[in-house]
Amino acid sequence: MKWRFATVADVHPETGRTTSIALRVPGWGGHLAGQHVDVRLTAEDGYQAQRSYSIASAPDDDGLVLTVEEIDDGEVSPYLVEELQPGDELELRGPIGGYFVWEESKGGPLLLVAGGSGIAPLRAMLRHRLARNGDVPVRLLYSARKLDEVIYRDELTRAAENDGIDVHLTLTRERPDGWQGYARRIDRDLIAEVAWPPAERPLAYVCGPTPFVEAAADALVSLGHDPGRIRTERFGPTGS
Amino acid sequence: MHISRGFHGRRAEADPARVPPGQYVTDDFPVLSAGPTPRVPLDQWSFSMRGEVDEERRWSWEEFQALPRDDVTVDIHCVTKWSKLDTSWGGVSVDTLLDGVDTEATHVLAFCDGGYTTNLPLADVTGGRAWVAFAYDGQPLDPEHGGPARLLVPHLYFWKSAKWVRGLELRSDDEPGFWESYGYHNYGDPWREQRYAGD
Repeated sequence: MKWRFATVADVHPETGRTTSIALRVPGWGGHLAGQHVDVRLTAEDGYQAQRSYSIASAPDDDGLVLTVEEIDDGEVSPYLVEELQPGDELELRGPIGGYFVWEESKGGPLLLVAGGSGIAPLRAMLRHRLARNGDVPVRLLYSARKLDEVIYRDELTRAAENDGIDVHLTLTRERPDGWQGYARRIDRDLIAEVAWPPAERPLAYVCGPTPFVEAAADALVSLGHDPGRIRTERFGPTGS
Repeated sequence: MHISRGFHGRRAEADPARVPPGQYVTDDFPVLSAGPTPRVPLDQWSFSMRGEVDEERRWSWEEFQALPRDDVTVDIHCVTKWSKLDTSWGGVSVDTLLDGVDTEATHVLAFCDGGYTTNLPLADVTGGRAWVAFAYDGQPLDPEHGGPARLLVPHLYFWKSAKWVRGLELRSDDEPGFWESYGYHNYGDPWREQRYAGD
């Protein structure tokens, strides 16, 4: 698969640790919501490092957006989050992955379960669903440690208020006064409350850190959901 | 080559002869799977050798445990860029499972709980290069990492080392497996950086 040059059009901090990087990629052939790209950086002496990042923009959007979380003592993510500026060039290739993807033909109802920056590929799916103005019902369950770590917060609020998307937040570490949402780690009961019953056969996409994905996917299976309709994407502590 | 302005990188201290191009070394053991972790009770587990064989072979968990065990220490390389050095595994060599089997097969398709499959040339799982591993670091293999048993083919990218493996289908054709059908490379040699179709 061919490496391409991408130009940074914009960098937009989302939270204290995450930044969305908008890219222009000449010759880009499009992608499906949920796919990722490989990014390659090269130092002056020729040393190179590569990492994979989910695409956070919908196929319907202009350009390509990557939302990157800075990993403590990471090698690539601190550069992308702290150093990269509009006008810089990056090498990337993709799109990669054909299983953790959603398009209208896959139907629904669509259950999106995100932990932390695992929201990125699910946001691409959500935006794709909204851009197509289809009728597939969507529920999003999003777990973050605290409110100011909720990525795309304004966008998700608008989707809930204006577009009929069912958005449920759970804050696992810190809650603002008067918080009305969930306030614990995702468990079986929480999934049971938010998800459609198994008889509705929702198509579930779960993305986040490994323990989060294990817990959410296990809960779905134990509630009676078909494992064949649960798609997962996991990133470990080294997903830098 | 395009220089990334202001990127210095963190040079790996590992021996470059052990870390394939585009990989970095980690001490963690990241998990990557396409779906939920299957959990099959050991009394319902079996391992099969089927397809182009005179007679299908099948081992229960107890029978499998009674086979000669190999303990190996190998480096593993995941297509998502991490490599992990000196990992210790216990399991049964695929040579042992194929001992005495007369076959015209050229390839195998590994099949797994959860529906995952991956394809490999028969030559890549014989000659002391592949195992069905059920122990990691002296402990039973964790379900997240493919327990009770996974294929271990360390000379190829790690998606070829199928988790939750339940058998090998010997074939006279090369049937693409799960990731191989989604744009990943058919063979997956990390030293030639065969990550995706066309690499």
